[in-house]
Amino acid sequence: MNALMPSPRLVRAALPALSLAALLVAIWFVQPRAISYFGFNLMLNLAMPIAFATIAQLCVITVNDLDLSIGAFVSFVACVGATWLNATPLLGVAVLLGAVVVYALVGALIHLRNLPSIVVTLGMSFFWLGCSVLLLPSPGGSAPAWLAALVKVRTPLVPFAILVSAALALVVHVGLMRSAWGAILRGAGGNPVAVARAGWSLLRTKVTMFALAGFFGVLSGLSLVGLTTSADANIAIRYTLLSIAGVILGGGEFVGGRVSPVGAVLGAMTLTLAGSLLSFLRISPDWQIGAQGAILIVVLALRALVNRLERRR
Amino acid sequence: MDAPSASAIVQLEGVRKSFGAVRALAGVDLDVRAGECLGLVGHNGAGKSTLMQVLAGTLAADEGRLVVAGDDITASAGVAAARAHGVVCVFQELSLCPNLTVAENARVMHRAFRGFGWRKRAGAAMAAMLDDIFPRHGIDPADVVADLSIARRQMVEIARAFLVTDEPLRLVILDEPTSSLDQVVAEQLMAFVRRFVARGGSVILISHLLGEILATSDRVVVMKDGRVVETRPARDFTRDSLVAAMGSVAAREDEKRAAAAQPAGEVVVEARPARQADGRSLRARRGEIVGLAGLAGHGQTDLLVRINAAAQGREPHARVAGAVAFVAGDRQSDGVFPLWSIAENITIRSLGGLRRFGLIDPAAEARMAEEWRQRIAIRTPDMGNGILSLSGGNQQKALFARALASDAGIVLMDDPMRGVDVGTKQEVYGMIRAEAARGRTFLWYTTEFDELRHCDRVYVFRAGAIVAELAANEITEERVLQSSFAEEAA
Repeated sequence: MNALMPSPRLVRAALPALSLAALLVAIWFVQPRAISYFGFNLMLNLAMPIAFATIAQLCVITVNDLDLSIGAFVSFVACVGATWLNATPLLGVAVLLGAVVVYALVGALIHLRNLPSIVVTLGMSFFWLGCSVLLLPSPGGSAPAWLAALVKVRTPLVPFAILVSAALALVVHVGLMRSAWGAILRGAGGNPVAVARAGWSLLRTKVTMFALAGFFGVLSGLSLVGLTTSADANIAIRYTLLSIAGVILGGGEFVGGRVSPVGAVLGAMTLTLAGSLLSFLRISPDWQIGAQGAILIVVLALRALVNRLERRR
Repeated sequence: MDAPSASAIVQLEGVRKSFGAVRALAGVDLDVRAGECLGLVGHNGAGKSTLMQVLAGTLAADEGRLVVAGDDITASAGVAAARAHGVVCVFQELSLCPNLTVAENARVMHRAFRGFGWRKRAGAAMAAMLDDIFPRHGIDPADVVADLSIARRQMVEIARAFLVTDEPLRLVILDEPTSSLDQVVAEQLMAFVRRFVARGGSVILISHLLGEILATSDRVVVMKDGRVVETRPARDFTRDSLVAAMGSVAAREDEKRAAAAQPAGEVVVEARPARQADGRSLRARRGEIVGLAGLAGHGQTDLLVRINAAAQGREPHARVAGAVAFVAGDRQSDGVFPLWSIAENITIRSLGGLRRFGLIDPAAEARMAEEWRQRIAIRTPDMGNGILSLSGGNQQKALFARALASDAGIVLMDDPMRGVDVGTKQEVYGMIRAEAARGRTFLWYTTEFDELRHCDRVYVFRAGAIVAELAANEITEERVLQSSFAEEAA
């Protein structure tokens, strides 16, 4: 083993942080004034719901599945937040709890019937979209005042969104990467047969992970509607792809239970800031999606390089 | 059956298990005593692995009784019951989670590692056990398993099985534990097994290294065709008597075929296995049927895949003259197109010749399908039916038709007769001989000894390399077994 070269594992873990740092340097270069409390507050406001959605996706990817309904689900939660949660809080809370249960049931269905998660969750995305349209046919509604106040709290020194993201990354890291139960949950993604042979229930791990995805999806929708104060059935449709990109950008793999919660949160922030950088560069919104894709390709190409380094060892 | 001794840790009585029409275990009686190492040997498909899975609780027996440490656990059989009674199995294929660390993998198996500081406790326990079994192993409990070499992974897996936490440990089953360990490490393990046994534990050792079995075991059990055929103290066996017990040498001597007039055709395939250290290589002449024998998973399929790749110019270490067709053994995963019709499954390899104006000519396709239905008697009312409407044997015939209908002069067969009924087999054997007489070359990997009788020449594989080449008049079960089981670690 070469002592001079950093281990590929380290490079891999550092890549999300390095991408974020590179992006920050670029922003500072283009628009120095953005690197301030106020600037970060503006730029990273929307990082909070995206980070929650990314963690939700990470839970599903950990057990080798993919959730194509998270965007529609977050939209649905936002619609509930802007209507029932405001008018009849009890009903609102009950519906959100019920939605998490539905997520858990989807996980059970996928495991018991051995269905491809992509198909099931794609179907579920239409289900959530339909519910949202029934609930809020046209954009509108209003978020509960307490929610709006909560997400716009001005914390000293460091913006609230960064604090929340850091706390989220820390909690999920401890739960999934350090705890004894987290080892089982990740093991179920790495070698399901081995985990089952050791006497663990794969059904339980899958239901747990999907329920957690639903839970973080609810947090994402609520923080989103708190920021926007009104909702729309399509408000978070693009979160589906953003969340997948965030997980992969953060060092996760689609299969094999290799995930990194800290990396995923950094990935979500990177994707959010990429939008700001492109605005600073005066790239028209028409091109922004393409440019975001280009950033993703560059980072993933670097990842492929790291992987090759790992294999060569 | 002899009376179960008082110190029996595990008793199996009349255990039967079938997978569909295939009978894997045909009534096995076995007892393992406290403080002994029991060697278990047998050729492919003798039922060793199935028996161990029943013992470890990952498979339920169809019939029979399973008594562990005095408790009859037939009704409650399962992984949890086996573990609660102190039975642990190290499976042949690795069952570690590659994305977890060594310590985390210990946690997956041992529920006692939980609560605050579990990681440290699991890591310390694994490090101590590894030190005990494999001195100077060089494994850190914080290492991620995916980063370890295959040998080190096997060491981790073995050490994990011998850890004692809150459950007792009475019997450890080692299924080919040394398959990827080098000689020194394998000897460390065998020495540890003797220490473990001396302390009153029991071990079942499955290995194809007969020297290892004879040196380490107290008793040796020989299995054949889903039954226990011999149980004797290890000192009463020699390598030769063990090989003789595994085979059925006497019964079939008369069938030996005289060496057919060797077709002196040109060599059309020449390939060297990746792990071949000496100069040997596999050669096949035009019109020859060449068998690839040896225990399952010792490099035969790899070599066929290499030859297939060579035909497409993607493999420099093999030389192939002519087109190649591949008959897959695992029908479901890489044989049939499950959603296609029988006709489409047969013609896919030949579509190049069935074109008209660059598109597939449906009439020509139907003609070809119909021709092959008659030639190899696929039992179906309509070749347009889905391939899954056929029985397993007829599906396999369709896959043969795919290869034979093509322009390929060389047909590679990857143990294609798994789970095929006897009648169909005889028909296919006839087809292969007829096609060979017409100048086609067959490379035939098979795990069934009887099929080797149809071959002109047989290469025996062990540990990824060719260890013997047998001419037609030398092909006996004993010769193949002698070569498949090495005296010492290869």
